[in-house]
Amino acid sequence: MALDQELVGRSYPPSAVYEVGRGKIAEFAAAIGAADPVHRDADAARAAGYADVIAPPTFAIVLTLEAANVVLDDPQVSLDYSRVVHGEQRFTHHRPIRAGDRLVATTTIEAVRSVAGNDMLTTRVDVATEDGEDVCSATSMLVARGAA
Amino acid sequence: MSRLSVADVEVGTELPERVFPVTRADLVRYAGASGDFNPIHWNERVATEVGLPGVIAHGMFTMALASRVVTDWAGDPGALVEYHVRFGRPVLVPDDGVGGEVTVRGRVAALLDGDRARVDLTVTSRGDKVLSLARAIVALA
Repeated sequence: MALDQELVGRSYPPSAVYEVGRGKIAEFAAAIGAADPVHRDADAARAAGYADVIAPPTFAIVLTLEAANVVLDDPQVSLDYSRVVHGEQRFTHHRPIRAGDRLVATTTIEAVRSVAGNDMLTTRVDVATEDGEDVCSATSMLVARGAA
Repeated sequence: MSRLSVADVEVGTELPERVFPVTRADLVRYAGASGDFNPIHWNERVATEVGLPGVIAHGMFTMALASRVVTDWAGDPGALVEYHVRFGRPVLVPDDGVGGEVTVRGRVAALLDGDRARVDLTVTSRGDKVLSLARAIVALA
């Protein structure tokens, strides 16, 4: 089923606050094999110029994946989730996410397209501190493959 | 480590190639760390039911492995300011005691204003290209 062009620009209420913990950053860094001490040693992070341990560049997915579910839960977004694959991903960082950040994610539908029977939905999740400092944006393009 | 200087980089500079083995245990660990528990990344039955040849790696896991080539080269994980990939073929991770692999090569494609460089990545698994338009913008010292 084709997605309605009127969905473009639709924005959803901000997520609950996600508090970034040192332990979660260390766990994520270990899972991707990132050995740099700035992910797990606050002194090393400070020596590199950061206020606390910093997250790897793709860590934001931990909160943006969850935040973007608000789109799939929208009854006006008729995307067959069982046929969805991740088509593209972009991260734009204003600064690294760091331990102690209290982050809020706001999701916007950036584009909808239909190509060759496949529906493509692009969402952008803007991540900021609860005080309003922009931290990063994560843009995801999902493809719902048409029934063959 | 300290951040790489723009003086040490030119268009055409090659990043050290890396080969990452990927096992089922790696995928389970990544599922837990990221919160993406889609069973196609750990359950053979579900993966084959949806038409895949077998369990595949999370695209985001492959994207994260490729980022390490850039951040290790740059000397600072905070140097990667923009990062984009398009997911192409999946990375198959068989449960055969060996698993799958991801090979990452990178090359400086352009020097940008503000002491930044664009790195273009070539990411393959068993010879197949698994990411395309994989590009990172790195802020240099």
